[in-house]
Amino acid sequence: MRQLALLGLVFAALFTVPFVVESESWRTTIIMTLYAALLGQAWNILGGYGGQFSFGHAAFFGTGAYTVAVLQVQFGINPWLGLVAGGALAVGVAAFIGFTTFRYGLRGSYFALVTLAFAEVLRILSNTVPFTGAGVGILIPLDPGAASLQFTSKAGFYWLLWAITLAAFLTAWWIGHSRFGARLMAVRDNEDAARALGVDPFRVKMRAIMLSGLFSGLAGVFYAQFFLYLDPGIAYGPAVSVESLLVPIVGGMGTLFGPLLGAVALHAVSEVTREVIGDLPGISLVIYGTILVIMVLFAPRGLSGLVSRLTARMRRTAEGDRHA
Amino acid sequence: MHDAAPILDVAGISKRFGGLQASNNITMQVPAGKITSLIGPNGAGKTTLFALITGFHTPDAGEVRFKGEVITGLAPQEIAERGMIRTFQIVQPFAGQSVRENIAVGAHLKIRSRAAALEKAEDVARKVGLGDRLDMDAAALTVAGRKRLEVARALATDPDLILFDEVLAGLNPSEIRDVIPVIRAIRDQGVTILLIEHVMQAVMSLSEHTWVLNQGELIAEGSPQDVTRDPHVIEAYLGKGMAERMARQAGAATGGAHE
Repeated sequence: MRQLALLGLVFAALFTVPFVVESESWRTTIIMTLYAALLGQAWNILGGYGGQFSFGHAAFFGTGAYTVAVLQVQFGINPWLGLVAGGALAVGVAAFIGFTTFRYGLRGSYFALVTLAFAEVLRILSNTVPFTGAGVGILIPLDPGAASLQFTSKAGFYWLLWAITLAAFLTAWWIGHSRFGARLMAVRDNEDAARALGVDPFRVKMRAIMLSGLFSGLAGVFYAQFFLYLDPGIAYGPAVSVESLLVPIVGGMGTLFGPLLGAVALHAVSEVTREVIGDLPGISLVIYGTILVIMVLFAPRGLSGLVSRLTARMRRTAEGDRHA
Repeated sequence: MHDAAPILDVAGISKRFGGLQASNNITMQVPAGKITSLIGPNGAGKTTLFALITGFHTPDAGEVRFKGEVITGLAPQEIAERGMIRTFQIVQPFAGQSVRENIAVGAHLKIRSRAAALEKAEDVARKVGLGDRLDMDAAALTVAGRKRLEVARALATDPDLILFDEVLAGLNPSEIRDVIPVIRAIRDQGVTILLIEHVMQAVMSLSEHTWVLNQGELIAEGSPQDVTRDPHVIEAYLGKGMAERMARQAGAATGGAHE
């Protein structure tokens, strides 16, 4: 309950950002940070709580993004419907990937490689079929207005993202406080022991990958509407997959606030490097890689693990002082 | 022994792994409401038999019936749902989760609500003597603590039959003395128990009926007292020479008394 209260507090504060923050560049930074937290939380549902490390979350992201774009451009369908369709189709892709991999008990690096392969297949497909615009990409015509899911101000986009992200975080909270979540974490920690206690790992993992795919897909829809341009590399390329997993690994896998901490930390780092080094191409990936190595070596439980370790130590010293 | 319908009925189960006949035509009826046991030297195929019964392996031949229903070929989780739970010889805690959370996974088999499952976990933890370690990381428990955790998780599922795979192995004599009443209390709640056990003190004091497995075959069954006097059993544990020597000594002793 304390966690839920904290979550409410954080999101209430985030809700007020458009009223408080005036600067356009700051607003963009905050939007991109929240967007990274959404991608990270989506991955965290399957990877952090479920222990299934996907390297191909772009498959869900890109499907959501392309769905809303293609439906608008080719069929003239309202993007609000596209939002629903994008989420649903991403869930479909997640169900398909989940079924083909979990049915045959693929785990660990095998699962990671197969998800990566699926994302790559989709990237190549979207590069060849005509209705996605192939290699040229797809441009969503500018049509500002809430009805066409293109807001005239950044605030509108921000609140849309805020709502989706809130839903993702509430889902993660629910996972930490429900039978489904208990079973998911049991499967992560010891699949055989979980089975012996009546847990069906296949069903549990399927639900997790579909929830995960849903939020990745919705992040894709947001991306498409915000930037109004997609190409196969943006939608299905490895950059999104890497960002999705890096955020919770840095912030703390399998924790509610990990993705938020990770997103803030990574964006802070990338802003600083841009100030210091300038826009050197590829430099952010070099920095991300270095951070990943450092985190895995020294803080495998991420920033939130560090935080809880520090608070535990502070509490102990405080108690020590009292005893002294 | 065979008065009531058995809760578990194993009929002609066989399993071969490559060149090794791990189980050969095993037939046994486990009576409801009692503590029975399965003994045998290392490598006799006891854990394999448990795995065959609980769905972790599929038998090549034979049939397993639980509460009158054929369960051969079902997945472990389906068998667990029907009320038969196994524990693991090599303890399998959900490391990184607290003792309470570990046990709650078992409780969730029949309880949907998280709060109720956690409450049940607390209850069960007290019963097995883990009440003071509820918030501890399961990975930080001692061997004895982890064995209790295995027992607690199984018990939390509200099973009809528990298969305990060496829950006493690795415990010191005083810990064994502590756990034996816990097992008895579980039986007294109406749960049937089948033990795999090497600690003969426990087998003798707890179980009413024992099966002896050697090289994948049942070689004897009966009360623990009878079984441990069976020359086949002594031979399986101690070798042929030792069995003969013991038989001679016993013969000389009784023969001397008669003359």
